[in-house]
Amino acid sequence: MADSPMLQIRKLHARAGEARILRGIDLDIRAGEVHAIMGPNGSGKSTLAGVLAGRPGFEIESGELLFEGAELAALAPEERAREGIFLAFQYPASIPGVTNNYFLRASLNAIREQRGQEPLDAMDFLELAKQKMAQVEMPKELMSRAVNEGFSGGEKKRNEVLQMLLLEPRLAILDETDSGLDIDALRVLAQGVNALRGPGRALLVITHYQRLLDYIVPDFVHVLSEGRIVLSGGKELAHELEKKGYGWLEIAPGESGDSSEASAGSGAQP
Amino acid sequence: MNRRERAEALLLAHCEAAAQHTPPALRAAQDAGCAVFAAQGLPGVQLEEWRYSSTAPIADFALSALADSDSAAPGASAPIPNSICEVPAAFRDMARPLAASAPALLGALVDVKEHPFAALNAALLQDGLHLRIPAGRELAEPLRLLLPAARGLSNPRIVIEAEPGSRAVVVQEHPAPGAAEHFCNAVTEVQLGAGADMHYVLLQRGNGLLVCNLAVRQERDSHFASHTLTLGGPFVRNDLSLSLAGSGASCEMNGLCIAFGGLLDNHTAVDHAMPQCTSRQLYKGVLGGSARGVFRGRVRVRPGAQQSDAQQSNPNLLLADSAEMDSKPQLEIHADDVKCSHGASMGRLDDEALFYLQSRGLGANAARAMLVRGFAGEMLDALPASLGPILPNFSAQLRECIESALAAEAAQ
Repeated sequence: MADSPMLQIRKLHARAGEARILRGIDLDIRAGEVHAIMGPNGSGKSTLAGVLAGRPGFEIESGELLFEGAELAALAPEERAREGIFLAFQYPASIPGVTNNYFLRASLNAIREQRGQEPLDAMDFLELAKQKMAQVEMPKELMSRAVNEGFSGGEKKRNEVLQMLLLEPRLAILDETDSGLDIDALRVLAQGVNALRGPGRALLVITHYQRLLDYIVPDFVHVLSEGRIVLSGGKELAHELEKKGYGWLEIAPGESGDSSEASAGSGAQP
Repeated sequence: MNRRERAEALLLAHCEAAAQHTPPALRAAQDAGCAVFAAQGLPGVQLEEWRYSSTAPIADFALSALADSDSAAPGASAPIPNSICEVPAAFRDMARPLAASAPALLGALVDVKEHPFAALNAALLQDGLHLRIPAGRELAEPLRLLLPAARGLSNPRIVIEAEPGSRAVVVQEHPAPGAAEHFCNAVTEVQLGAGADMHYVLLQRGNGLLVCNLAVRQERDSHFASHTLTLGGPFVRNDLSLSLAGSGASCEMNGLCIAFGGLLDNHTAVDHAMPQCTSRQLYKGVLGGSARGVFRGRVRVRPGAQQSDAQQSNPNLLLADSAEMDSKPQLEIHADDVKCSHGASMGRLDDEALFYLQSRGLGANAARAMLVRGFAGEMLDALPASLGPILPNFSAQLRECIESALAAEAAQ
């Protein structure tokens, strides 16, 4: 088992509503690895994140999606979360009338229950939350405010990373966590994310820009275009993309030359 | 005779039997109520004020609960309706039986011709509670009025005079009878003197039929806040009328009703009679299952009531296709320098928010319950802090009600 990937994606085709977005994704992620997925807008990055987390309306048409050997498609979003999958949302919802503190404790206790741990009471939770908040430099008063209600873009992203630190997922997916952040906030959040890196965990970092990958340095970089991985490489690939932009992918020979008309099964292999 | 006519005849016989016991001080009010009820009977859906709320459940109650006493000797052995509510010892110095004091305020704020159930209440009047909060007095703790929980018909009548500058939190608590064979028809009249401040909380829950009239008159610079909190019930009708009768008076009318069946009907009427008064209405509804909700809010700004500021809002959360909400604001504005607004909305649980909570490990039902409690929570936050000792119980009931109903719906 030690060698089998934590996440196995095989020839995955998926649609978001009516639109066919993913057209044959193949990807293995092993424990301890950090993968980055880059790509232009509309390439399917967020759809992939949504499919992994079980977002309603995102439908798997064919292919395999295995997490620790189990078929993910059969699991409700909360079951995936309890199994250790975490999605840091690009646009997290706000929950009027529910304090952040209450929500985070309910969430952590749901996860702890799955792990066979006792629920944390309000005091113990607050103690833990304080430590984690310090890690992402999140102002204390955000705990007593309604979840994400009136939060700035940066505060929402801090809140996402805070949740990730509290829940300690096995596989964390960061969906454009860098968007809308200034460089200082980016550095702080990257530190928070890096604190979670370890041999038992894996990270999937989805981003449009290379900038984030200077702070969360990936082991592998994949380029997504029109629903398929068209190029994979090491961290240096991110720099190359930064210099050249995404335009050259369209004409790169052999990679995705006829992608717009490509039949669905011919995804590029990493 | 149809069912309604038979029920009306039974109720009237009941009123006439009660009249034999009515204390002299209350006889005039009783006669007046009886005359109106004899002429008008139970309101039917042809009346605009009752078009969404059939009173058939009340007719059914009368036919089943009052029929026995009627069959033997019409009216003669009818049980006396329970009109007494308990007053905690700490406040007894302010309380007198209505039968003894018969204040001029009795019947002054509720027009029995406009409110059929207020007429019935008067027609059955035996006694009630008269509270006088002395000028300048600030009640150290909430005054909790526990309404009768007995089976059958209860007919509470409360008259409160809050003298100038007094401050009070009053809780009118309708206990939850175990069975549905209970019909409580309450009338409360409140007068606030100049500069007085009052929070009035109506806690309503349970399986009984409930009709509640609350009528308030506010003098200059007084402040009144009502909090009508209703958890379920087969038939609940609230009529809240506020008269802003002195300049600078302000009021907040807050309501929360949560139901997964039955009918919950809130009618409000605010009368801006004098200039520079403010009214704020916020009624929230959460309806699931086969529940029907009604909100009808009337705001009247009289000629000369300049710089009136009236807001009304009625957001609703519908949890099932089978639930229904009828919302109808009504503005009558006869002054030109005023600010008035109203709005109503019908929403469903936000799918994006649900997914967000689920993606954090919360089960679908727990996530739904959390969203519902978040929606409802604002109304609990608006309650005065001194209710702390009373509220945990209510909050727990609220949570339980939401969770069990959502679980039942999910299981269907």
